[in-house]
Amino acid sequence: MSVGTRARRGTVATIGIAASVALALAGCSGSPQSEAEGPFVIGVTTDPDTLFPWKATQFQAVNVLQNIYGTLTEYDADLNVVPGLAESWEVSEDGLTVTFHLREGVKFADGSDFDSEDVKFSLDAIKAEETAAVAASSLGSVEEVTAVDPATVEVSLTAPDAALASNLAVVNMAMLSSDDTEEELNTTPNGTGPFAFDGRVASQSLTLKKNPNYWGDAAALDTVEFRVIPDEDSILSAMQSGNVHLAVFDNPLVAQTATDMGLDVAETPQLSYHTLQLNAHNGDVSDVNVRLAIQCAIDRQEVLDTAAFGEGEVTGPITSPAYKSDPAARPCPTRDLDKSAEYLAEAGMEDGVTIDAIVSQGEYASSVDEAQNLKDQLAEANIELDFEVLESGAFVDAWIAGEFEAAIALNGGRQDPDGMYGRYFTSDGNLNPVAGYSSPELDELFAQGRATSDEAERKEIYAQVSRELEDNAAWIWLFTSYTFTATTSNVDGFVPVATGSLQYLRTTTFK
Amino acid sequence: MLRTIARNRVVKRLAAALLTLFGVAVFVFVMLRAIPGDQISANLGTEAAALTPAQRAALESYYGLDQPLITQFFSWMGNLLTGNLGFSSRAQASVLDLTLAALPVTFELAVLSILFALVIGIPLGMLSASKPDSLRDGLGQTVGLAGLSVPAFLLATMLLSLLATWFGFNPNGRGFAPLFTDPLLNLQQMLLPALVLGFGIAAPIMRTTRTAVLEVRSDDFIRTARAKGVPPRRLQLRHVLRNALVPIVTMTGLQFGYLLGGAVVVEQIFSVPGIGRQVLLGIQQKEYALVQSTVLVIALTFVIVNLLTDLLYRVIDPRVRS
Repeated sequence: MSVGTRARRGTVATIGIAASVALALAGCSGSPQSEAEGPFVIGVTTDPDTLFPWKATQFQAVNVLQNIYGTLTEYDADLNVVPGLAESWEVSEDGLTVTFHLREGVKFADGSDFDSEDVKFSLDAIKAEETAAVAASSLGSVEEVTAVDPATVEVSLTAPDAALASNLAVVNMAMLSSDDTEEELNTTPNGTGPFAFDGRVASQSLTLKKNPNYWGDAAALDTVEFRVIPDEDSILSAMQSGNVHLAVFDNPLVAQTATDMGLDVAETPQLSYHTLQLNAHNGDVSDVNVRLAIQCAIDRQEVLDTAAFGEGEVTGPITSPAYKSDPAARPCPTRDLDKSAEYLAEAGMEDGVTIDAIVSQGEYASSVDEAQNLKDQLAEANIELDFEVLESGAFVDAWIAGEFEAAIALNGGRQDPDGMYGRYFTSDGNLNPVAGYSSPELDELFAQGRATSDEAERKEIYAQVSRELEDNAAWIWLFTSYTFTATTSNVDGFVPVATGSLQYLRTTTFK
Repeated sequence: MLRTIARNRVVKRLAAALLTLFGVAVFVFVMLRAIPGDQISANLGTEAAALTPAQRAALESYYGLDQPLITQFFSWMGNLLTGNLGFSSRAQASVLDLTLAALPVTFELAVLSILFALVIGIPLGMLSASKPDSLRDGLGQTVGLAGLSVPAFLLATMLLSLLATWFGFNPNGRGFAPLFTDPLLNLQQMLLPALVLGFGIAAPIMRTTRTAVLEVRSDDFIRTARAKGVPPRRLQLRHVLRNALVPIVTMTGLQFGYLLGGAVVVEQIFSVPGIGRQVLLGIQQKEYALVQSTVLVIALTFVIVNLLTDLLYRVIDPRVRS
């Protein structure tokens, strides 16, 4: 008998033992892994980077905090501004005083009362620069906040601000208790929302429980767990085995896989928009004719189809349902290379022009594909888009510094067009150095929009803003994409919203 | 006296280890700051452009970014010596606590992966070596090659998704269970990641075993032993394998050291909250103290594993002892 045969037997035995151990371990699982009786589980790729609502910008953080904190006003599912902690509000004749009438009997999750002192404390602190609150500039027109009585707050303004009520509806404007500090809230959030903070294991899970003190209809679910599963495919596997019940994706490929697996997938158009930002402060794009030549050389549907599998809609500047821009109202609603050549000739650049662009890698799925498609289309119009792919930190640095001629970006949108674009396209807007374009006409229009509270008039004004931006090709607006909310078949009552908000967790139940 | 101490081998090793760690500390500190962006822009993204100078100053002082680099470095070093590894504002926990939670997870995963790798790799290597260039050698080599060349992310995703689809088996979707809280669930959750990592590491171990066994088998003392009538199984295990162990142990120690650095990709796919993910999240959030301290801890464990491997030689090989 050869040595080898013996050795092989030994090997087979060893592998056999290993396999049995593995199987035994696997067999230990017992019953199927479903947790239908347990908490409602939302699969997220990362946990919140902060639990302090005034500083939260990360999508995951905003989604969690929105369910814990309350705001003076809120949005409904169609993004109309509706009462929140303020039951009603009225604007004075001259538009310079807004009086909020607060809901009475509201309590924070820790049982303390909510009143006008908390509103004054919150608004003053958000406005104060040392707080470094991200929504500070939304209170730019606020001169003074006065607690008239426990249920009334008077806000006096330096100039009329029709966008105020809408701007107050975001979680960055959360009403905090005047007894709480940032340090405490970082570990133990305390708000007036439908859910209360229950616990957290950093980078693993965060749990909310029903807030018994909530002023509105109590949440249907007792417990909601945000479970961190870093890989999107692994989230899908966890949904398939019934361990995770809801997840939000923005990659159409992942959504397709979810559909194929038999999960319920709802697509919701978003307020955020994909754009080719041009910075008119820099290089050749400072010439309006060059910008128009670029605009006419791009078929937006083609960008959408190639980069995002057609999962979205071609858009103009304003994306919110109430003020939506008409994407056909622009100098070249369809691609027109002749017109593009004319504009280029008018700019004195018949021989072509080179534009340097920045693109972020990894921030969102379609960025580099968009850049590649834009480059191909522009090349046919004698415009060379020379793009540089940057790691997201480097992209953000370059973007903040305004050091680019063009940037391929996915920018967040807002319900109110003043909040959305006033900071970019007015000459004293805090993001104007990045936006690169402003004009006396736009300054005037934005001022009018803020001063008018009449809805129909505001719609007309922002239609003009939209035209002004497109006629001057301030940027090249491309498309809005969908987000995809996947749920398992036993989930009922969740309503996805265009802001990507999970605010309707409070109406969600197990079937 | 001093010279005797300086010549002492243990003292020399320790000094070299400390110097290595200091080098790592400087390297990580510099590299992190060479990455574009800081914690402010990592948190706020492009919204950071809207900060007023006063707001930015407030945030810089909050994150300690207003200090000169040299001050940042030495205050970090000073804190380390007092056992303060820093604070993660994202997790709202001290880096020490985070590391103490993550390190055992990584250690457990590393041990299990190495066990799988040895169980697959050594027998396979011996099988291949038993008859070089034969069918069974080809088979062994093919499995080894597959272990080397099938990317972990592919194997991991496929295993996870197929088992979830076909059998509804997905312990990793259930939220991580620490070993001492729920050992049964914990071992299930470690099974697939350890298998995937173990398969990958089995390949170099298999190849090392094959080479070493072939070499030892051609030695004179094996022929002598066989002539003396030592039974084949005993010959394989006591004579051949025992003498082939040194390179195998070296390779295993090396792989174990790497595993302790965290297997980021596999940890991501199977949601294992190990040390690799801690570093990755830290880098994404630009949490300097978190990354610096964690990398230093990883370097330290690597140094310790190397030392232990060296010590193991003395146990295996009497020639090293003398």
